[in-house]
Amino acid sequence: MLAFALKRLGLAVLVTFTVSAISFSLLHLSGDPATAIAGENATEADIAAINEQYGFDRPFAEQYAEWLWNAVQGDFGQSYYFKLPVAELIADRLSVTMTLGVCAISFALLTAVPLGVLAAIRPNSLIDRIALFISVAGQAMPSFWFGLIMIVVFSIKFRLLPPSGSETWRHFIMPTIVLGYYAMPAIMRLTRAGMLEVLNADYVRTARAKGAGAGRVLFKHALRNAIVPVVSLSAVQMGFMLGGSIVVESIFALHGAGYLAWESIGRHDLPTVQALILIFSCFYILFTLLSDLANAWLDPRIRVG
Amino acid sequence: MNDPILNVKNLTVDIPVSGGTLHAVRGIDFELNRGETLCIVGESGSGKSLTSLAVMGLLGKRLQVRADKMEFEGRDLGSMPQRQMQALRGDRMAMIFQEPMTSLNPAYTIGDQLCEALRLHRKVSKAEAMARAADLLGKVGITAAESRLRQFPHQLSGGLRQRVMIAMSLMCEPDLIIADEPTTALDVTIQAQILRLLADLKREMNMALILVTHDLGVVARIADKVAVMYAGEIVESGSAKEIFDAPSHPYTRGLLNCIPVPGKTKPGEPLGSIPGIVPSLIGDVSGCAFRSRCNQAIEACASTVPERSAGGEHKYRCIHTQLTSEVA
Ligand SMILES: Nc1ncnc2c1ncn2[C@@H]1O[C@H](COP(=O)(O)OP(=O)(O)OP(=O)(O)O)[C@@H](O)[C@H]1O
Ligand code: SF4
Ligand SMILES: [Mg+2]
Repeated sequence: MLAFALKRLGLAVLVTFTVSAISFSLLHLSGDPATAIAGENATEADIAAINEQYGFDRPFAEQYAEWLWNAVQGDFGQSYYFKLPVAELIADRLSVTMTLGVCAISFALLTAVPLGVLAAIRPNSLIDRIALFISVAGQAMPSFWFGLIMIVVFSIKFRLLPPSGSETWRHFIMPTIVLGYYAMPAIMRLTRAGMLEVLNADYVRTARAKGAGAGRVLFKHALRNAIVPVVSLSAVQMGFMLGGSIVVESIFALHGAGYLAWESIGRHDLPTVQALILIFSCFYILFTLLSDLANAWLDPRIRVG
Repeated sequence: MNDPILNVKNLTVDIPVSGGTLHAVRGIDFELNRGETLCIVGESGSGKSLTSLAVMGLLGKRLQVRADKMEFEGRDLGSMPQRQMQALRGDRMAMIFQEPMTSLNPAYTIGDQLCEALRLHRKVSKAEAMARAADLLGKVGITAAESRLRQFPHQLSGGLRQRVMIAMSLMCEPDLIIADEPTTALDVTIQAQILRLLADLKREMNMALILVTHDLGVVARIADKVAVMYAGEIVESGSAKEIFDAPSHPYTRGLLNCIPVPGKTKPGEPLGSIPGIVPSLIGDVSGCAFRSRCNQAIEACASTVPERSAGGEHKYRCIHTQLTSEVA
């Protein structure tokens, strides 16, 4: 188990560096940073001065090495726009995104797993059809559209929930639902498929032959096995939700890291964007790693050789 | 004491399939006394597993199980509420399945699964249950029982897993064990060991045993009673001696054809093969289902065939009262 974890961890670190190098190059190729900072009315001399000041005239590899060296020490430079240390800026916003992420994945699991189980117990029943409809709708509907509909209905028409901001827990309700719904269909269908398979397994029949009651058979024997892939999918979904979070935070003007990323791209605020990409990819890789570990931990066939 | 522990009359299992209804088990009767061994033999698809599962109440709702009588220790299994059935299952009657490789839950240790079998029915501590589990693992011939208890099913071979299943079925000292081809999926060398083990345990614990098997050598050695199934019916039944001494149904004779003397046949030998295929049991089935393969068939076999008594418990279902000697 330890060797397995270490191997995965090593791989994860490697992937993170690769991602940061690629994103750094792409961002620097996508436009001249000095022009972005100086603004539209800047003179040649202004731009040259900025290039000098920020070191944009140095070789590219040198710039990356310097950035990386500082980044691993937690120094991501100054935001061009806020004129604040990027690390501070992000730390603040990240807690909002994490809150949203945790709420959303909890919402997704708490709806998807029971629904998937119910659908699997009675395949082709009304509840199965409803579950299928919910999941197809969830997959067909873009988050921004669903978000806007929520705002129209709950904020504008019924005035129940605030349409934007991140001050109170009520501000998190709609974003949680929209982002959670994004992850829910895949989890629901995997739960349903897993339960259908497992309920027909010989060991479930063995459990019944022992005299176990319906609930025990369903949860202790069937769900325990069907949930293994669901747990690892959820971890992967957490990673995907970071991307979804950018959209959702923008719709609801939730001041999280996703919203910051969205704004910073528009402002050509390179240090902020770079730091966010690095942090998002770290999270993504962390979740993938967690998913592998959770799988190994839950399935003795992987854990015990 | 003379009441049979299990008394089944006119058991049918119907399965709805796309082309109509599959009459997989068609009105079978059998009785089993305390401490007796009933062997059910018959080729693949004859309804042996369905019969076993019907007695245990383990068939899904989609399958229709009906019986005029299905009594276990004097209580009717057919009308019994689900809760009472659960209380019986694993406690008074236990089952060992055909598929040892997949019958244990991959997520739990052997010890946990054995303990569960006991603790579902008895108020005992985990430690007490573990002690009994270790004890029984020893009894079914598993060495280093203590460390096996901490292992997971995937760490055990098929033979060991089936021994674990046997131990599990014994946890509550049931009165009846149903073993559905417990060795079919195992190596030939292991097969004999497992069957001998079952027979020994059964004698030692004075349980009734229903053994579904293809191995007529084993039947000859351990059966008190034999039921021969063909296409969902019991075509011949009686004491082992009656069946082996005077097989009366052409199908039984076909099966026994390659088993000259009971007890001298090597274990694991396959049933005698009879050319032909089993007719479809979908829709109405009339007449003797064996007639397409029977060398004694006459026209009357297509109409209702009576069940005949050949003295004692011995019964068979054939149009002929006296069979000519050259058969199958
Ligand atoms: N759930 C089911 N759905 C449809 N048909 C079934 C089902 N279970 C059993 N059958 C059919 O019923 C018949 C009897 O099956 P059963 O499993 O009792 O046979 P068996 O005598 O145990 O055979 P084997 O020696 O291969 O185990 C077979 O034709 C089988 O295909
Ligand atoms: S009833 Fe007819 S077909 Fe059936 S076993 Fe007897 S002789 Fe053969
Ligand atoms: Mg079978």
